[in-house]
Amino acid sequence: MSRMKITFPHMGNMYITVKALLEPLGVKVVIPPKTNKATITKGVQTSPEFACLPLKVNMGNFMEAYKEGANTILMAGGIGPCRFGYYAQIQREILGDLGYEFDMVVLEPPEKHIGELFVNIKKVTGQTSWLRIYQALKFAWQKLLLVDTLEKEIFRYRPRVKDFDALEKFYNKGLAAIDAAQSYKELSSVRKNLWRELSSFEVDWEKQCLKIALVGEIYVLLDDYINFDIARKLGRMGVEVDRSIFLSEWVNEHLFKGLLPGIKSSNHAHLAARPWIKTFIGGHGQETVGHTVLYSQEGYDGVIQLAPFTCMPEIVAQSILPKVSALHGIPTLSIIVDEHSGEAGLVTRLEAFIDLISRKNYQRREVI
Amino acid sequence: MNKNRIKVGIPRALLYHTYYPMWKTFFEELDCQIVVSEPTSKVTLDKGVKNTVDEACLPVKAFVGHVLELGSKVDWVFVPRLISVEERTYICPKFLGLPDMIKHTLPSEIPILEVDVNLYRRKEDIWKTAWDIGLKFKVTPVKVWRALQKSLVIWRLHCEALLEEGKDLKKGLTIALIGHPYNLYDEYINMNLIKRLKNNGINVITPEHVPEPIIQEYAARLPKKLFWSMGKTLIGSAYHLIEHPQVDGMIHIAAFGCGPDSFTGELIERRCRRLGKPILNLNLDEHTGEAGIVTRLEAFIDMLEWRKSQCLG
Repeated sequence: MSRMKITFPHMGNMYITVKALLEPLGVKVVIPPKTNKATITKGVQTSPEFACLPLKVNMGNFMEAYKEGANTILMAGGIGPCRFGYYAQIQREILGDLGYEFDMVVLEPPEKHIGELFVNIKKVTGQTSWLRIYQALKFAWQKLLLVDTLEKEIFRYRPRVKDFDALEKFYNKGLAAIDAAQSYKELSSVRKNLWRELSSFEVDWEKQCLKIALVGEIYVLLDDYINFDIARKLGRMGVEVDRSIFLSEWVNEHLFKGLLPGIKSSNHAHLAARPWIKTFIGGHGQETVGHTVLYSQEGYDGVIQLAPFTCMPEIVAQSILPKVSALHGIPTLSIIVDEHSGEAGLVTRLEAFIDLISRKNYQRREVI
Repeated sequence: MNKNRIKVGIPRALLYHTYYPMWKTFFEELDCQIVVSEPTSKVTLDKGVKNTVDEACLPVKAFVGHVLELGSKVDWVFVPRLISVEERTYICPKFLGLPDMIKHTLPSEIPILEVDVNLYRRKEDIWKTAWDIGLKFKVTPVKVWRALQKSLVIWRLHCEALLEEGKDLKKGLTIALIGHPYNLYDEYINMNLIKRLKNNGINVITPEHVPEPIIQEYAARLPKKLFWSMGKTLIGSAYHLIEHPQVDGMIHIAAFGCGPDSFTGELIERRCRRLGKPILNLNLDEHTGEAGIVTRLEAFIDMLEWRKSQCLG
């Protein structure tokens, strides 16, 4: 087998899926240590100052993984105009100049370079047959679905559960259990146990909770370290959260053309955004606006936009959001995150936002 | 019979600095009257900054200021949706969403002429843009066609004239100035950088002075094709000029918060370092002080002159 020791960047719970895809194929995987303060410091020191935060965090992840023996990076590519499409090239230059001996395998989007994609997949999987690759894909997909389904349930339970800390413990244990499952049988039993244990929690389903949606750029939305675990904070404040992007939905949309059954697609978000942003502007800019419109139509109480500093598509969305908010009558809050962002500042803004919304709702009820 | 000519306002910002000769010819051939906003001033920039999100880059803020200055003085303010000006490339997300940003943040009395320019598939698709404008202004297809052809000819002549300019290098220091046209040629934004250099007897070479085939050749050396047309121009011209024996140093100008420049600037800087070409990075935003820029510039020029005298260059 090859001497490849593969690592990849962190993005929330993505590592569970990638690990489940690569390990059964006999690939040696080095998962970077969970993103922490040191990761960000290292990344910031070595990356261009005005690069978007995800690139800097990636760099930190790679350097920490290198210490643990990784020698190959698996990255995704893109066709722009969002900068992500060129991350791998910049990272390769910087790491090379710093003396890190990394090989890079970049998976470019299938629409344009399908032949190259197959070659790169084979680079990683070596002699493994396409059948085994397909089976690994299926297994990884099942794990991804379970991770996302679990998280969606946690979003519903958090504001209503009696013992919040016990629920968080359960959630973390659940993720670890999903990660540890090595077969469909094990995964199935993990799933059964999860739902059984979840239904044993004491929950007040009658409780009236504010519903707030999180929209914006995918990395900040999915990575709980970078977004200061905002969904959990909101849950603790008694808010039911929904997120416009889940990794399973993104994979379905971008890798399988939205054809996988039972998964929400973002076509309706694009349509809802048309009156505001006529065309694709890269990243998730158009979807941010579209989702805001949809969430307001679904009766949500507020929308929070999350984005990294200098994220171009989100800047366009951010400038249009106030008018969307005014027209559709839904309060919005834009939170821009960079390496200097402080947790206290975020919490203050969240509390003020929730306060404002609660008061608005209370006044509305008074009038009626 | 003199019917009222349509007044089309062109903001003196962003791609005005690249395409003005083309746009002017096109609209005038359609019997329009062109009104260009005044050169950027403190007032323009202040207006733009007040009416744009903080995070937007400086050139976009300047653009907004110019649109406000044109305001309702004209029948239409030309704000094209520049999706792509070269096959298989984009410019940057802000250009893609520019008319939408303008429409939804500025007073609705300002009439915006937003037409798509999308040459992503083929460069012949410029005809669709011309056609859309023709429809709006109720001009016959033949007239639109003629206007388009003439404007493209004028545009080609303009580019060739710029290339000629670049060949005229006098004795003395030669500096390659790398940056987008809207940063290089807006004298308020860059504090009259080009004039300052020329007053010091320095030859200035910009990406506009480098022939397109050379730019494409050097840009093709990147391990992955760059999908930003303007970024490609900067990299292609910078990589070429780094190897140019007459170029003594490079100044890279970027606007604060420019996404693509943060990446291309990094690649250019690393290459300069690798090949031993001195490089000065200037970052511009609305708070940039003239004194700071002048000091750094003088220090850089001093260093280049010292190097030249030591025959190190």
